[in-house]
Amino acid sequence: MAWTRKVLRINLTSGEITTEPLNMEWAQKYLGQRGLATKYLVEETDPKVDPLSPDNKMIFATGPLTGTCASTGGRYSVITKGPLTGAIACSNSGGYFGPELKFSGYDMVILEGKSPKPVYLSIFDDKVKLRDASHLWGKSVWDTDDAIKAEVQDPLAHVAAIGVSGEKGVLYSCIVNNKHRAAGRSGVGAVMGSKNLKAIVARGSNGVTVEQPQEFFAATDAGKKVLKENAVTGEGLPAFGTQVLMNVINETGAMPTRNCRDVQFEGAHDISAEAMAEPRRSDGKANLSTNQGCFACTIACGRVSTIDPQHYTLQGEGKDQYKHASGGLEYEAAWALGSATGVNDLDALTYAQFLCNEHGLDPISLGATIAAAMDLYEEGVINQDITGGLDLRFGNAKALTEAVELTGTAEGFGVELGLGSARLCAKYGRPDLSMTVKKQEFPAYDPRGIQGMGLTYATSNRGACHLRSYTVSSEVLGIPEKTDPLVTEGKAALVKAFQDATAAVDSAGICVFTTFAWTMEDIAPQVNAACEGNWSVDALMEVGERIWNLERQYNMAAGILGDQDTLPQRLLKEAAKVGPAQGLVNGLDKMLPEYYELRGWSTDGTPTGETISRLGL
Amino acid sequence: MQLALVLDPAKCTSCKQCEMACAYENEQTFNPAKSRIRIFDFHEDGRFVPYTCTQCDEAWCQQACPVNAITTDPATGVKLVHDNLCVGCKVCTIACPFGTVNYNAATGKVIKCDLCMGDPACAKACPTGAITYSDVEQAGFDKMRAWAAKTDSGAQAT
Amino acid sequence: MHYLVLGAGPAGVTAAETLRKHDKSAKITLLGGEPEPPYSRMAIPYYLIEKVGEDGTYLRQTEGHYEQHGIDYVHGTAVALQGKAKRLKLEDGSELQYDKLLICTGASPISPPVPGLDRPGIHNCWTLEDARHIAELSQKGDPVVLMGAGFIGSIILEALALKGVNLTVVEMGDRMVPRMLDETAGNMLKDWCIDKGVRVLTSTQISEVTDGSEGLTVHTKGGEALDARLLVVAAGVQPNISFLASSGVEIDHGIIVDQYMRTSVPDVYAAGDVCQAIDFSTQKAEMLAIQPVAVEHGRIAAQNMAGKPTPHEGSLNMNVLEAMGLITASFGLWMGVEGGDSCRMHDPENNRYLRLEFDGNKLVGGQSVGLTEHVGMLRGLIQTELDLGEWKNKLMKSPERLPEAYVAVAQHNFNISA
Repeated sequence: MAWTRKVLRINLTSGEITTEPLNMEWAQKYLGQRGLATKYLVEETDPKVDPLSPDNKMIFATGPLTGTCASTGGRYSVITKGPLTGAIACSNSGGYFGPELKFSGYDMVILEGKSPKPVYLSIFDDKVKLRDASHLWGKSVWDTDDAIKAEVQDPLAHVAAIGVSGEKGVLYSCIVNNKHRAAGRSGVGAVMGSKNLKAIVARGSNGVTVEQPQEFFAATDAGKKVLKENAVTGEGLPAFGTQVLMNVINETGAMPTRNCRDVQFEGAHDISAEAMAEPRRSDGKANLSTNQGCFACTIACGRVSTIDPQHYTLQGEGKDQYKHASGGLEYEAAWALGSATGVNDLDALTYAQFLCNEHGLDPISLGATIAAAMDLYEEGVINQDITGGLDLRFGNAKALTEAVELTGTAEGFGVELGLGSARLCAKYGRPDLSMTVKKQEFPAYDPRGIQGMGLTYATSNRGACHLRSYTVSSEVLGIPEKTDPLVTEGKAALVKAFQDATAAVDSAGICVFTTFAWTMEDIAPQVNAACEGNWSVDALMEVGERIWNLERQYNMAAGILGDQDTLPQRLLKEAAKVGPAQGLVNGLDKMLPEYYELRGWSTDGTPTGETISRLGL
Repeated sequence: MQLALVLDPAKCTSCKQCEMACAYENEQTFNPAKSRIRIFDFHEDGRFVPYTCTQCDEAWCQQACPVNAITTDPATGVKLVHDNLCVGCKVCTIACPFGTVNYNAATGKVIKCDLCMGDPACAKACPTGAITYSDVEQAGFDKMRAWAAKTDSGAQAT
Repeated sequence: MHYLVLGAGPAGVTAAETLRKHDKSAKITLLGGEPEPPYSRMAIPYYLIEKVGEDGTYLRQTEGHYEQHGIDYVHGTAVALQGKAKRLKLEDGSELQYDKLLICTGASPISPPVPGLDRPGIHNCWTLEDARHIAELSQKGDPVVLMGAGFIGSIILEALALKGVNLTVVEMGDRMVPRMLDETAGNMLKDWCIDKGVRVLTSTQISEVTDGSEGLTVHTKGGEALDARLLVVAAGVQPNISFLASSGVEIDHGIIVDQYMRTSVPDVYAAGDVCQAIDFSTQKAEMLAIQPVAVEHGRIAAQNMAGKPTPHEGSLNMNVLEAMGLITASFGLWMGVEGGDSCRMHDPENNRYLRLEFDGNKLVGGQSVGLTEHVGMLRGLIQTELDLGEWKNKLMKSPERLPEAYVAVAQHNFNISA
């Protein structure tokens, strides 16, 4: 129950399609989705594999709660070795694609090898086929989505696709499902492109059942009630989306601005949730049309937005696809495309967000890379000869939108931007200007203003990321209890606890945003009622810890060692100039040794034999 | 006072909890493909529309049924398909101008919303109040009737 | 007031009930030609496969339904109508006086001019009595020939196949159900049936039926001889109007009625398969011998008889058919109109097909194969004649988006559920 207990395996090289039973022994140890797929990847591939070679595999995996009425039970993840970092990549997405995959009858799809020609995979229950995608190669995500639905002649089918950026190997290209939801980080889109796989389309007619229905309804109802009554999940997120954070984080003095030159952005209000709700002069409408929930989500933080029809981005030919409502700005995108580049033009950012969805780009890495390029430009390291005429000054909205357009289709300077900030800055001899960890750009929380996030970024198994241990919850929002964002004490334990809990949440099929309101005490009864086995809070935390260590082992085997658990020098050396964190750098050196110790790792960050055997790895 | 499902697209977020609740109530499985209520996603207009049977007064499905397998429940006004009588001829599925009676090949019977006999699971599952089970005289319902009447080949007697 | 309803099919029963609803005190007589309680021909195939018992075919399921409604259900066959005298003569010599008469005598199967059709072992599939004979002669493995793969033939086909007989279908047209399905759909259905083990001979005519080793030998014009224990004839129907010969009731193909379902004789109305009433799509008088139309006719005629003037705006021609598990439906002008646009969704791999026909921005006809969700929306869109606006072009590209188009257009025009 909860699991379909079936795996779909596609060998793209030979075209062979097989099904096999899900390894239930592993399911009891790794739950599903992130954890279970990582176990499969670890067992089946060499960690030293070139991420863009046919020998790498990629797994689309759902969790046991995916496709159930548990709130937010609609997630899936893509697990593979990431080309941006060379580390494990695990990108999670909502929308409606994941549950549809499960309703087709599969917990996960394992993709192996490389197709000799462009193909897409269609999954209609047990009718599974690789279909020619030559005519789709070169098309955007949106056009591909439309074309495939028309081809399979089923408007209720759900598509996950890559854009041109994924085909051309942009290292932070993502996989976009339902046109606006993305398995966003670490370049999973490029892996898909390297396999000549343009898209997966799914439509299922099988149901998902749970082990103990009465208990399950009781637990999920209780969970929904908690979400509804919580100020963040019940009011803030539905009304303002994740953008509720823009002004909050700015006031905290943790808004990475102009490639982390500053920690507060004077234009934050212009690009905030509040600004998105204000009627504009041209047509009296607000940027925000409505909010949308992903499958089963009772929070509904998703934004549906329009661009001001008079804005420069909509003038001229070929702009029709941006003239109606589409997936709008989330906080991370508004920050990366806005604060990080110093751009405060809400419509320009919305346009850039639409382009990211249309072309399959991770807006965090993209925005941060453009910010790094702007820094290089302002420092005189690169000029318009190199940028192809782009005037990459901080704050230049037109340069920003043009840079996004070029990267989306991998043309001109966009090809260099597509390398990501680490490779770009290294190429021009200024690696210090890259705000990355393990070559992945970090997100919208400056670790000088929120100390725990420094440790979060430094130790994240997929490179810098906020979604591995979102200590912002505790340090800024006071969830589950308030800690001081400016101190390092206690953060090692906080980060470890968040990392383990998040790994379990990501393996269950639900959204990490629930943890603004839910503790493991809310989650465990839902998993326990759905799945066979005993899923107590402790059991889930142990699964989370096991997953975390498994990912760590994979990375170490891939050659990513403890010395890479660090932060850019700017955050360790240059103190915040203003705000509550004025005068502070990030105190990673104080937190990291304690963290290793709590993890049961040696001083160089290697899991000890005792830890490995304790976790049954 | 007779209650009805009042559907408000302005409040719908397309989370599909209603579809799952409906499917579970009727089929004991989370399977939106088997739901009697459906959310239509007009993302480009920023609009999500819950859609199901209106339980019309003079129901086309009921009138068209050749074996009297669809009756009106006096307490709720529900147009109810009796599985023991339904022969699976599907005439009601083409007669209903709303397209809300569907044939279920697995059982050989037709399926439609029965308001869970007065306690609709979709309304209970809706997290935003987009689906409520309330007074039929609320705004919107008369318009729905006007729409229905347009399909009539001779004005309905009341 | 005495209302006499002649014919106890869906039109007659609906009419009698509607009359009672509007006139609590009148005498209402419902005169049926067959011995059983009023039943539905639509249900006969399901009786054949024992999905329902005989009582499962009855139009009304409540014990004592007609008595409760004060409807006298009596048996008899009309032989002549004397309109001026307001009198109906019956076969047994008796006479019935009426104040207002509704004729809904329905139709009967055609017996085509083929030599040998009077032999034993040859049956129509029209009445419950026919069904009993067919049930007896169609045991598992028996060779059975079905003449005609029209609408009725195709419905019986499923029942016969389910009974496990060794079935051959012979159809004159070039595809199955040629009057309801276009070439694509008709041939999809044919291929489907063949795939399920039924022998389907299209563009084939039966020339003669003789005695044979299994009982009968059915000869085709192409020279093939098919042994059969049972031959089921489903070659079409014709209205039951012979008793009106000298009545003065005007007849074309069926009884001609005006918009109020009145015949040319005062106080005589007609409804259902026997009459030729307005077709919604053509706005001309046509024969639409289908169940939902019979019900509509019956209701509208009764309202007019009861003094509630209700003009008939026209009934939509529509059909739904399941043969061997493949469901097909057609609505309105499915063959299209001159100058109108047309589009198709064809998915042979999954046995799905949807054809839409437009007149300008309005949907005027449609046809589907293999679809079971929201099919009635075709009716809704055709009969409400709504301007599809931008959805017309979307449908031209992707006809399968019909449900979205319906909800969008309905929302726009009526703001339903808002």
